Amino acid sequence: MRRTVNQASRRRGFVGWLNSTFKHWSLLPAVIVFVVLSVYPLVNLLRMSVSTIEFKGGNEVWSFTPARNWSAMLSDPGLTPTIYNTLLFVAVAVTVEMVLGLGLALLVGSMTRGKGLMRTIMIVPILVPPVAIGSMFKLMFNHDFGLFNEILAAIGIGPVSWLGSTSLALWSVVLVDVWHWVPFVFLILFAAVEGLPREVLEAGRVDGATRWQLLWRVTLPLLAPAITVAFLFRAILAFKAFDEVFLLTGGGPGTSSELLSLHLFKVFFEQNQLGYGAMLSVFTIVGVLMLLSLGRRIAGAAAAP
Amino acid sequence: MSTVPVNVCTGPVRRPAHAAWTPAVRARLLGWVLIGLAIVLVVGPFLWILMNSFKTQIAILSGAWLFTPTLDSYKDVLLSRRSDFLSGLYTSLIVATASTAIVLFIATLAAYSLHRFAWARWVVSAFLGWTLAFHVIPVITMVGPWYLAFKELGLYDTKAALILTHVTVNLPMAVWLMMSFFKQLPPEIEEAALVDGCRQVSAFWRVTLPLVVPGLVATAVLSFIFSWNEFTIALNLTSQTNATVPVVVAKFANDYEVQHSQMAAASILATLPALLLMFFGQRFIVQGLTLGSVK
Repeated sequence: MRRTVNQASRRRGFVGWLNSTFKHWSLLPAVIVFVVLSVYPLVNLLRMSVSTIEFKGGNEVWSFTPARNWSAMLSDPGLTPTIYNTLLFVAVAVTVEMVLGLGLALLVGSMTRGKGLMRTIMIVPILVPPVAIGSMFKLMFNHDFGLFNEILAAIGIGPVSWLGSTSLALWSVVLVDVWHWVPFVFLILFAAVEGLPREVLEAGRVDGATRWQLLWRVTLPLLAPAITVAFLFRAILAFKAFDEVFLLTGGGPGTSSELLSLHLFKVFFEQNQLGYGAMLSVFTIVGVLMLLSLGRRIAGAAAAP
Repeated sequence: MSTVPVNVCTGPVRRPAHAAWTPAVRARLLGWVLIGLAIVLVVGPFLWILMNSFKTQIAILSGAWLFTPTLDSYKDVLLSRRSDFLSGLYTSLIVATASTAIVLFIATLAAYSLHRFAWARWVVSAFLGWTLAFHVIPVITMVGPWYLAFKELGLYDTKAALILTHVTVNLPMAVWLMMSFFKQLPPEIEEAALVDGCRQVSAFWRVTLPLVVPGLVATAVLSFIFSWNEFTIALNLTSQTNATVPVVVAKFANDYEVQHSQMAAASILATLPALLLMFFGQRFIVQGLTLGSVK
């Protein structure tokens, strides 16, 4: 491509050798890291998924038992609620985050002052350790003295068991996720709003379009690519949710707030079913990658017109 | 108002008699109220937790808004014998620093290589495709095989295991970020250096690299923070000796469930590095988080 013939590279010596092989050795470390720490473990995961691994006297004993892992999956009582919870969690949390994030981005974009301050404040939740967020909200959800119940008490509503009731626990986790990630959606869409071509909006205004018409016919179509990207990002990351739900409810009460990553953690490290856990992991990976390719196709379609 | 706004074409601008409550003003006022609400919603939880971290257990349980602030819970978190916070802090600092340095080195070289050299198309798409796929799959699926491999190698519960895995997890993001920063440079600069007799290696080192320092900072800040915050891997690949800050905080929240002010103090302490980095490198962080998503 952009190759320039230059005399310098033909000089001898170590530096000359370094120079002539630059193209290859510069990519090599990254390839090694990926092969050793992600390709190889992934192959191992496939092997694990058809095996039973037991520890006998400090040694791993592998046996080939695909049928056993399969039946472990079919008889896992936690699996169906987990899948149901995860889909519900992703759908609701991401939708709410997109709507609030977009609204906030448009609102702040229309302000004349305070944009920098707003952006500064909105970065904080993204950078705080998710574990700290989980721990903070666990305190705020506390039945006896938590902030939420204090506020409810102030307007005369009795204490609510935010994390302890089967009907509410998942929604409390959704609430925390929304708090955590609306700022991220805001940040991406706000950058897009700031990059909107002013002339186009101005032209629309001069032509007598109302605010609503400008929003629906001009602004949103122009923002469509950024909205799609933010949506894809969030949808994929929402499937990975682990830290907060681990701290807030641990999946309980019962399985009422169990999410996919948390369930995998329990199968792997609490029930020590490495084989079945690996099988479930493989299905999870296949599912997420299918969603990703579907999403990219949709994103491509959204960016095309 | 002493000065009357003037339109250059039509002369002085006449304002409607009751300018104060036009729909535009009302909309703007509503906008400010909504933004104020958003700020309160984001900042409020931190302030409430900060307040509780200075309370005694009794003051927390009584729900008092007026209380005598005390540093006891911070002392307890940092210095008491059953708290692993200080050792967690030490582990986290080492792991985050080392993994950031390694990620920066590997990712910058890889991004430059992919950007600058004529790699076969399949190499580029295989590499970038793999990083993307690896980035989206839940990390817990990889922890199982890592656990077995590190047990085998005797690396279970070592800082090395955490550093290696954090490098792997942060590498995709770092490569994409650095690539987009390289792409922003006009190719002519480096070509000029090559024409002047610079070797490719020195053109990279002396010309291109100094120009992407903002990108290096953004990548470094983000990978440090992501490594600092990482919980899933640290929880499962370490036991008490090499627990990181998030693991210690989670332990406070789950094991000592009755010590609420310590929980608050631990959350605040765990948040501090992110806040410090934010004040120091906000511009870079915004650039890093939004880059590539807008274009």
